[in-house]
Formats: sequence, structure tokens, C-alpha cells
Amino acid sequence: MLELLGNHTVQTVTLGAVLLGMVSGLLGSFAVLRQQSLLGDTLAHAALPGVCIGFLIAGTRHLGWIMAGALVTAVIAALFVQVVTRYSRIKMDAGLGAALSVSFAVGVVLLTYIQGHASASQGGLDSFLFGQAAATRPSDLWFMGGVTLAAMALVALMWKQLKLVTFDPLFAGSIGLRVGVLETLLTAMIALAVVVGLQMVGVVLMTAMVIAPPVAARQWVSRLEHMVFLAMLMGVISGVVGVLLSAGVAHLATGPVVVLVASALVALSLLLAPGRGVLWSWLKLWREQRSIGQRQMLVTLHKLAEHHEDPYYPVERSMLDSFYGVATSHILRRLQARGFVVPASHMRQEGPHWALTDAGHNEARQELERMDWNQAEV
Amino acid sequence: MQAFLNDPMAMILLTGALVATSGALLGTFLVLQRQSMLSDAISHSIVFGIVVVWLLTHAQSGPLQIAGAALTGVLTVFLTEMVARTRRVKRDAAIGLVFPALFAAGVLLLNLYARDIHIDSHTVLLGEIGFVWLDTMPLAGLEIPQAVVWMTVATLVNLGFVLACYKELKLASFDWQLAAALGLAPTLMFYLLLGLTSVTAVAAFDAVGAVLFIAFVIVPPATAYLLTDRLSLMLLLAVLVGVASTLCGYPLAVRLDVSIGGTMASMTGVFLVLAFVLSPRYGVLGHWLNRRVKYSG
Amino acid sequence: MKREKRHEPDLALHIEDLTVAYEGKPVLWDIDVNIPPGVMAAVIGPNGAGKSTLIKTVLGLVKPTAGHICIHGYPPRQALKRVAYVPQRSSVDWDFPTTVVDVVMMGRYGHLGWFRWPGRRERRRAMDALSAVGMEAFAKRQINQLSGGQQQRVFLARAMVQDADVLFLDEPMAGVDATTEKAVVALLQELRDQGKTIIVVHHDLQTVRDYFDWLVILNVRVVAQGPIPEVYTGENLRKAYGGRIALLDPDSSGETPDAVPREVVN
Repeated sequence: MLELLGNHTVQTVTLGAVLLGMVSGLLGSFAVLRQQSLLGDTLAHAALPGVCIGFLIAGTRHLGWIMAGALVTAVIAALFVQVVTRYSRIKMDAGLGAALSVSFAVGVVLLTYIQGHASASQGGLDSFLFGQAAATRPSDLWFMGGVTLAAMALVALMWKQLKLVTFDPLFAGSIGLRVGVLETLLTAMIALAVVVGLQMVGVVLMTAMVIAPPVAARQWVSRLEHMVFLAMLMGVISGVVGVLLSAGVAHLATGPVVVLVASALVALSLLLAPGRGVLWSWLKLWREQRSIGQRQMLVTLHKLAEHHEDPYYPVERSMLDSFYGVATSHILRRLQARGFVVPASHMRQEGPHWALTDAGHNEARQELERMDWNQAEV
Repeated sequence: MQAFLNDPMAMILLTGALVATSGALLGTFLVLQRQSMLSDAISHSIVFGIVVVWLLTHAQSGPLQIAGAALTGVLTVFLTEMVARTRRVKRDAAIGLVFPALFAAGVLLLNLYARDIHIDSHTVLLGEIGFVWLDTMPLAGLEIPQAVVWMTVATLVNLGFVLACYKELKLASFDWQLAAALGLAPTLMFYLLLGLTSVTAVAAFDAVGAVLFIAFVIVPPATAYLLTDRLSLMLLLAVLVGVASTLCGYPLAVRLDVSIGGTMASMTGVFLVLAFVLSPRYGVLGHWLNRRVKYSG
Repeated sequence: MKREKRHEPDLALHIEDLTVAYEGKPVLWDIDVNIPPGVMAAVIGPNGAGKSTLIKTVLGLVKPTAGHICIHGYPPRQALKRVAYVPQRSSVDWDFPTTVVDVVMMGRYGHLGWFRWPGRRERRRAMDALSAVGMEAFAKRQINQLSGGQQQRVFLARAMVQDADVLFLDEPMAGVDATTEKAVVALLQELRDQGKTIIVVHHDLQTVRDYFDWLVILNVRVVAQGPIPEVYTGENLRKAYGGRIALLDPDSSGETPDAVPREVVN
């Protein structure tokens, strides 16, 4: 795999993936936190007509014009969503969906117009639909690098404003921040990230590049600065691993592999991230339930013993089973391991019987005290 | 009759109208339930289902593909709900995580095993309604375009579903909790709605492609939503707007020599903007005029 | 710098002929409100009376259709540093990746220059405010670990570090526990005693008389305003809430009743 890095094309594509990962992780963090994840989806689809318009203006596949066009139509679509949802009863989801599908339709119309009318040099426009990482040229890298640097500088300079507008826009407005301007700025920057990624991973998969790295990062950390940094790292990892896998293994399309790597990172993070991971909470829940079962059992046995005025009163397990409605032998065995109960024999031996030990009575008394204390608290 | 069925223009318009009708019937409830973006998710992830069914059975259309599509749609929604239910991820992000992953998996499978078949992702996303009249099948002694057959079936099924479950769908859109409390199974309705959306999407993808299908699901109902407060009227208006878009789009596309499906879908946007500006009750112009009258008086 | 003549400088809040409309429907209609400095005022009224809109308009978050607003004699945009705003708790995502002390420091952002980052001084101020609300032990916690009452205390601490003269709070007692409600009220009364003006959108008619000394009853128009004893009458409440009011205390013969909206009684 290392010799791949000696290959010129692979070098270019890898570097492109690094830049794409950084910029989409950075700006995607804000989109995801503002609960506008699907804005990236709409922006990516809305870039298509701009790609065509840029091509028509330049007359050739000139990256600068194409990206400028894409940026313009993407921002127009975002503004359309903003205006329609603010000034009519149309909700955000329908606004996003309408902007997405209609602008994509216009893009398809323009694409067929170019195929029918423009010169034969339209080759490569399709790559913006599905992404064609191998088509990345060294000159594209300068452009992508410039965009990445600009985005990073902007976020660093306006950090506290962007953070406040993302977390609490009402409060941000009350201290005089221009919330509308900042939100539009964030949207425009996300559009920029989307446009940068278009030719590498394509319209559809760009959605995932904006969402997956920030979501994965959020699971591991709980401060915005850490999240943004980790999201950029996750973006870079998905990009580089995806490019190398697709180039090295089977000459697969790069975009889908990059997106699947990013999705795998999300799945791993959701399951395993310490504290927040789903597996961790299951484990915690299971432990709590187990401990509740044990505590209940101790109290039950303690009360039965008190009722019968015999501290070593043996209780039949089948009675406990029907009392709890579930099999209790595993609970009893665990309590036995902790030294709180012992198997007891009874005069008429019908089944296994259990009795509390002194340590068990102590534990049960403490448990009852804790419950009283909790009740007093309420 | 056969002459009608052989006429390309009639068949293209008929297919367009059927796509518009079937989309609007389902889309009305999706828009009201604020789930429009799920139709976007489904229409993309369906690529995965189409490829998997093709790999398993080599069927490119027909009942197996339709069953596969329905399953993929339900799978997409189910996975999205599952991710959202962990409460570690907001719902919008969950949608945006699941469908690109399925889409990517579909494209890769295509890439690996099926480089040579006709279902490339272009067709799935874009479709070409201009050629629907070429691909016919015999039925009742007539040669009928396949797209027309499948879209007619999809439209009838959707219409039947909406008529049969009208009150359930209505209540689930208006008050989910109440619908659940009354035993109207809103969750079942939700999955049926999205399963049918997937089925319709796969029936429509030959004609207009997956992304353009979304336009017919979301935009005409959103337009109708600006024009009326009554659900039954909204359904009717949504269908009318969708059909009108196809009727206006076709001549325009022919004139400009561009994608017919694309133009039809673009027209839905024109109707939305018109309603947004001109709607008597919910349009911006109406508000503006109202305001002038009120405050100057 | 342009000097503007201050209008009604002796009032903490002065609103004249204010009308606000959403989508063509009036939410506030031609209202005049005057609140003197140093009072703790409640803004009450039925759902849809425009209570939150009133506050948002005063803060410049909603653009009025007509009318003007003065805070200590200044138009809102010139009085930004004199006001503090506590939005409804539910308006933010409490799963946002940030810490308690960080949220409180946000209260200083308006006083920092455009590109300055908060530093040690801001942190110290935030810690002081956190101990004032009894939350200093939580400073380093992630905000998603807080209960509703704790969230409200953090928001209050954020408003305190703003050094404002006028505090606007939108439903601060909604969904908090009794202990927090008492603590919040005590803190607000202390701030009032320091000479600050507290303006609270409130929903619980039963506690109005115990907590506040000034009252604005709103229902799209202003129904009544003034000191509690003069304004908190059965007649005024009935005017604002219509038939939905149930008077619990028949002895008070409608003068100063314990009133609850009937929705609550049912």
C-alpha cells in the first residue's frame, strides 16, 4: 500500500481528500449542531445547475468558473429555503426537499442542454454528479487548499460569535450580534465546503461528508473546540483511508468508499465511545438492573425473616420465583457469591431454600435506610 | 386504442401524469407529517435495493424489484429511526447518515459486480421519460409501455391506500399521540406510507429517475398546502399541480430540446413560487396587501 | 458620536404605540407600556397574548410594524449593554458540546471586542456568578448532565455576568422544581434590591402576588398595568383571560382573588 503513495495521481487525490476532510469536518460541525444537517444535502444538489452555468460561461471545464457557479446556485437555494420557511407556512423539511429536487431538476435540464448544444468538450461534467476523485488535478489542490485555509481563518477569528449563534441564537441576538448575517455566513461556508467536495465524491455522497465526521466526533468529546478538531481529523481519516482503499484494492469508485469509511467511523463511535456509546449505556443499564434485583431480593428476604421472627428463616426459591415473576436463581447465586445468602435446608425438603446471612441482614437494613433517606429527600 | 398507445407524446404525458398523481397522493401526508426529507432518503437508498435484487435474481424490473424496493425503503426508515432513537444523534443527521451509506454501498456493489448492466446509477438518478414508449409489454392483446403499466398499478395502489386509510392517515398527520391512543396504528401507517413511496419510486425511476421523483412527491403538496386548509382539497390540488407541471413541462422540453423529466420537475418549482407569491391566504403578496389595508385603515 | 436626545430617561422601559404582526396577524396591537426602574414586574396573559413577542421586540429580535421602544431613555440597539435576556430553556439544545462555566462566560461576549477571546477575568466573573446561584460545583460539567432547575440557574448566572440594568426573563419558572423556583425568585428579588429592573414573562397566576411588585396584563393589547395591588383585580384578569378564569376565593369578592386559568382547574 505504501508504494501507492509514490504514484502521482494517488498523491494528488490523497492530498485532495485530506483538504476535503478538513473543510467538511470543520464546517459540518456547525451544520450538525444547528440541526441543519440536511442543508448540506440540499446545497449539494443545488450546486448542479451552478456547475452547468459555470461551464456554459467558461465554455470549458474550468474549475474556477464551475465552482463559482455552484457556490452561487447553492447559496440561492439556501436563501430560497430561508425565505419560504420564514414567510409562509411551509416547514423546513418541505422547504429543503423542494429546493433540493427543483434545483436538481434544473441542473438536469441544463446538463441535457449542454449535451445537445455546447461543443463536445463537456466531458467530465458528469463527474460532478457522482464524483471522480481520479480527475483531481494538482491545480485543483491549490484551490481546495485556499478554501480550507480561508474557512479555518474565518472560524478562528469569529469563534465566539459562531459558537454563540449555534448554541443560543436568541441570546446572541439580544447582545447585538447580527444573527441573520452570521447564519448566512455559516450557510455560505457550508456551501463552499460542499462545492469543494463535489468533484471528489459527488453530489449525493457529499451529504455524508458534512454529517458523518462531526457526528462521529461528537460521541467522543464534549467541548466544541475538541469536537471541531476531531471532526476534521475524522474527515481526514475517512478521506485518506477511502482513497487508499479504493486505489489499492479493486480500483473502486473513491467517493462511495470514502463515505463508507466515514459511516463505519460513525457506527463505531456510536457504539463504543466511552460514556456516550450505546454499548456503554447498555452495560450500565444492565448493571443497574442487576443491582436493583439483588437489592430487592435482600429486602424481601429480610422482611420475611422479620415477619417470621427468625433471622435464618429459609425461603423456598419457587416461592420467590412466583413472587418476582421471573427465575431468581441467578440473583440468589450472585448474592451467595457476595456472602449475603446461604442455601438452607428445611424440614420438608420440597425444593431449594435460601436464608439471609448476618451480612445479608446488615446490607438489607442499609438498603432500607437508603430508601427512607431518598424518600425524605423528595 | 393501439394507436394511442403507440403515440410517443401521449405515452410520455400519460406516464408523467401518473408519476405526478401517485407522488402527490403520498407526498401530501409526508409534507403534513414533516417527513418530506425521508422521500429524498428513500429515493437515493433505493439504488442499494435495486442492485441487491439484481445481483440475487437478475431481475431488472417486475414484482421482485418492487418488493426489494419496498424493503429497502422500510430498511432506510427503520435504520434512521434506530440511529435517532439512541438520542446521540438528531433526527435530521440520522437521515443524512443512513441514506448516503446505503447509496454508497449500492454504487460499490454495482462497481464490483455489475459494471456491464444497464442499471447504472445515471439511469436511477436521472431516468429518461422520452424513451418510455419504446419499452412495451403485451397486455390484454395490446402493446403497452411498461412504464405506463407499472405506474398505473402504483397509482391505483396509492389511491386505494389513501381512500382506505384516509382517517388513519389524517389523524396520524394531525395528532400522532391521539392516533396511537385511539388504536389507529400511526406507526404502521407511517411505514406503509414510506413503503409505498419506495415502491412508487422504483416504478418511477425508469421514467423520471429517483431525484426528479422527489420533486413530484414534495413540491406539488407543498404548493397545495399554501392554497388550502382542507386535507381533501389539498390532495386534489396537489395532484392537479403535479399533472399541470407535466403538461406544461413537456412542450417546453421539446422546444428547448432538453430533458423532459427535468423540465417537468422544474415546472413544479414554478408552481410553488407562484403559490408562494400569489396565494390569497398564505402568499406573501396577500399578506402584504392585507397589512397595507389593515394599518392604513 | 451622534448624540441623541434621551426619551423618557426616568423609565426603565418605555413602549409607545407598539404593533407587531406575524404573517399578517397582529400579535401586539398598539400597546403602551411603562415600567419604572427598580421593580420586579410580571408580564402575564393567556396563550397567544404576545408575552414572549413583547420581550423579543424590546430586545430587537423581532421587528415591530410600528411604534418605538426606549430602555432607560435609549433606543434598544444603543442599550444593548444595559439589558440581559434569559430565553426559554427549551430554546436551546442542551446536548450542545460545552461546559457550564462556558455557557456563563457567554454573558461576557457582548462586552468583549469582536475578535477577543474570553480570558481569565471572564472565567472568574463566571465562577462568581455560578456560586451566587449555587452551581459552582457544576462549573466543569457538560451541560447535558443538568436538570431543568440547574439549567435555569446557569442561564440566570449568565444574565448576572452581563452587568445589565434591566433583566428580561422568558418563563423562568416553567418546568423547574420548587426549590429552584424559590432560589430564582430570591435571587431576582436581591437583584431588584440592588436597583436593577426585572421583567419576567410569567404563567402562574397564583404566585404573581407573592413574587412581584409590578404587573402588566397583556392580551394582544395591554389590559392593565401598574403596581400589583392596583392591577391584580378579578375584573382585569377576567378581561384578559375571558371566561377561562376560575376564581377560587369567593370571599375576596373579585378584588384580589386567587385566580387560576380554568384549563388548570379542570
